[in-house]
Amino acid sequence: MIKFADNRASKQRKENLAFLTFRIMSYFVVVILAVIILFLLYNGARVISWDFITAMPAEGMTKGGIFPAIVGTLCLVAGSMVFAFPVGVLSAIYINEYAKDGLFKRFVKLMTNNLAGIPSIVFGLFGMSLFVNTLGFGDSILSGSLTLGLLTLPVVIRTTEEALRSVDNSFRQGSLALGATKLQTIRKVVLPISFPNIITGLILSIGRVSGETAPILFTVAAYFLPKLPHSIFDQVMALPYHLYVISTSGTNIEESRPMAYGTALVLIAFVLIMNIIANLLRRYFSKKVKMN
Amino acid sequence: MNSIISTRFLNLYYNEFHALKGITMDIQPNTVAALIGPSGCGKSTFLRLFNRMNDLIDGVKITGDVLVNGKDIYADVLDVVELRRTVGMVFQKPNPFPKSIFENVAYGMRVNGITDNQYIAEKVEESLRQAALWDEVKDKLKKSAFEISGGQQQRLCIARALAIEPKILLMDEPASALDPISSAKIEELIWELKKDYTIMIVTHNLQQAGRVSDTTAFFYLGELVEYGDTKEIFTQPKDKKTQNYITGRFG
Amino acid sequence: MRKFLRNLTEKIVEGILFLSSTVTTLTVLLIIVFLFREGAGVFSQSPVEKGFVIAVNKDNPIQTLTSAQLKLIYDQEVTNWSKLGGKNDSIILFRLDDIGNYYTEDELGENFKNMPEKLSELMDKNSGMVAFFSDKYLAKNFRGRVLKMSNTTLKEFFTGKEWFPTAQPSAQMGVLSLILGTLWVSLGAILIALPFGLATAIYLAEIADSRTRNILKPLVELLAGIPSVVYGFFGLIIIVPAIQKIFDLPVGETALAGSIILGIMALPTIITISEDALRTTPRAMKEASLALGANRWQTISKVVIPYAMSGITAAAILGIGRAVGETMAVLMVTGNAAVIPHTFLEPVRTIPATIAAELGEAPQGDLHYKALFGLGCILFLITLAINITVEYISGKRNKTSND
Repeated sequence: MIKFADNRASKQRKENLAFLTFRIMSYFVVVILAVIILFLLYNGARVISWDFITAMPAEGMTKGGIFPAIVGTLCLVAGSMVFAFPVGVLSAIYINEYAKDGLFKRFVKLMTNNLAGIPSIVFGLFGMSLFVNTLGFGDSILSGSLTLGLLTLPVVIRTTEEALRSVDNSFRQGSLALGATKLQTIRKVVLPISFPNIITGLILSIGRVSGETAPILFTVAAYFLPKLPHSIFDQVMALPYHLYVISTSGTNIEESRPMAYGTALVLIAFVLIMNIIANLLRRYFSKKVKMN
Repeated sequence: MNSIISTRFLNLYYNEFHALKGITMDIQPNTVAALIGPSGCGKSTFLRLFNRMNDLIDGVKITGDVLVNGKDIYADVLDVVELRRTVGMVFQKPNPFPKSIFENVAYGMRVNGITDNQYIAEKVEESLRQAALWDEVKDKLKKSAFEISGGQQQRLCIARALAIEPKILLMDEPASALDPISSAKIEELIWELKKDYTIMIVTHNLQQAGRVSDTTAFFYLGELVEYGDTKEIFTQPKDKKTQNYITGRFG
Repeated sequence: MRKFLRNLTEKIVEGILFLSSTVTTLTVLLIIVFLFREGAGVFSQSPVEKGFVIAVNKDNPIQTLTSAQLKLIYDQEVTNWSKLGGKNDSIILFRLDDIGNYYTEDELGENFKNMPEKLSELMDKNSGMVAFFSDKYLAKNFRGRVLKMSNTTLKEFFTGKEWFPTAQPSAQMGVLSLILGTLWVSLGAILIALPFGLATAIYLAEIADSRTRNILKPLVELLAGIPSVVYGFFGLIIIVPAIQKIFDLPVGETALAGSIILGIMALPTIITISEDALRTTPRAMKEASLALGANRWQTISKVVIPYAMSGITAAAILGIGRAVGETMAVLMVTGNAAVIPHTFLEPVRTIPATIAAELGEAPQGDLHYKALFGLGCILFLITLAINITVEYISGKRNKTSND
């Protein structure tokens, strides 16, 4: 018969200690996050006004608004999505629905993963070398959008692939068994079912693109340009770059601080809104599926 | 003889769902009791009452008594860890820990505060012998438990349960994931273990139940339909539902 | 006919889909081509700025100098040619500004029209002289010898401690301090992020009830969405001044500030990936542990964490990867001094920050421009190595879980 040492008390003590430590550390992480967001919300909210959002910057970017930066960022988001969304979704469809398991598929997946891991500044270098210099697009919305588009491409592919994978194979087989072609099956069965997840992925990647700075530094972003773009070959200001500029190298850093708070708030708000929309959509669609 | 395990008017609910309905049952020491019945009849849930594994699931509510060794194991003063030391469990699929073969068997002793390494080593060997695994693994005790076959893994899990000297062994379809040869080895083992332990085994395999058990309990839709001597249940069941199940009409 | 058309459409669509799927592969290849083509230029271009020459006396046995040697000469740390393998002769430094010490304005003539000839004469007369001047003053029958500067070698590039790509007379292209700076800051970040990230992951996966989890999880995901420039801004306003005050430093922009910000930024990666890994632990395995009388903490520490170890490792490596490549936040808070760091309380400069800060000033095609692409190549290779490692680890994990 074993003589069990009665270690119940010490076991319990250790467990309590460990759980308490983990709880405290987790809450600490959350508190840090809350502090960052609340700090920026609080300071930004005092600056933000209708004027701030709709006016041109003035007096060495210490007064006025950030309207051109907002417009610039919207242009870049739209431009990058026009490129990344179709290419990414089509690519994911091919990988998931057409490509056979084999060397090609594995290679493409490996490359997609690698592309996702490349730092954004390297995209900036690449975009500058290819789009700005080699192809001669210059510093322009086009160059910036393509660079950002390539950056988000792996994200779009990954989320779309996950969405497609979550469609049960029985749906595909059911459709094929009824005599539908592969394309019809994808269009009428697979895509409608995976649509909600694809859209949520897209919205989240919009949030990400809007905050990227390094890739646009040398491909599009203008330091100070108080007018709106007329074509895709124009330079624009962009929110994240604007925040960088006025918080580190503006003409008068102290005086432009309120502007910086405001810009940071707009940026965060943009990301927050995208997150909320994505979550709402997810909830809305999952309810709809349940009702069906 | 005094029963080692008994339940009295036991009910179990998963939230609204009434999963076990008023079950009263006694099991004698050093016997093998088989729990049979169609999927979802509550036999696994019933098995998991005796080491309070159902505690891990949210929304479980229990009324009635569960007695092990005459003690109410759902009493407030009971120590769950203590209980689980006396009631060992073997699961459906072999589930060794991501550790060496040796450490898998030593695990239960270590977590229960045994630090005497020589004792642990002796006990590991003894348990592996009891589980009829020693000869097959004695040269690779340091190897990962994932490197042996599924059947060997399952016997390792039995050895792991035996190492802390429980009184009772709960087995939840222990051979269902194994090939016929490994399955037969497990059955042989159950016969051997009966000398020292009281065993409850959930099984889908009626022949297996017939071969290994002394008593058999037939569950249907959360009710204990019939419980008695295995031979009787299989040759002259009293209840029509039992008969239908035994003869393969449903299940 | 209709069947033919339908088949045709199917084929065309499949073709388009196929092309799309090759875009990522193509991009990676293009990135490699463009980055390395520009980056390789570092090794095929003289470190002396275009339009300038380094000249010595024609009897000077020294044939070539490296950039680092030239710097030692001009910093007057080496004052005798014998140190560089030449004759025992002291080195006389000559910059164009020094011409007044040797000749009067009259001698040089109007618009320095006699300059080439005088320089030639000077170099002829002084056996130990080394001169740096514009090639427009190089006489046709120059009596000195234009020294060949050896290009930066791969070894010098990686082991050189000086990063000063616009230095006169010769650019210093040593990236060691930048690589060390990057690793230093990233390592600090992971030291901060790993304990907190892991603790949070364990708490979320194993300890917290579902309600707490449903609140914390979206918050963590939000943390991942905040742009790096916003983190940088926060660091600049809160963390940098705090560090300056606490440690009583002249400036708060330090490696520590970078590590803290990067640590916060790496948290979501580490939390999400290790939580996923912890969650893959089979329920039956946890139950087996509990059934043996282990309590929840013993089960977590002895079964769940070992089982998820490869996933946790992958999370840590990916966290480092994110930190290594992060640009804006680091640029804003680390002070960007290109020196090898000795403590966390000194300014450092990372590779991405260097690229971001200097590319705007480097003219296209210039050596400096190429050197920055060379840095991009290093960054690319580091992240590639990280990706492959992670792929390898998770591949191994899939294998074991299939057993």
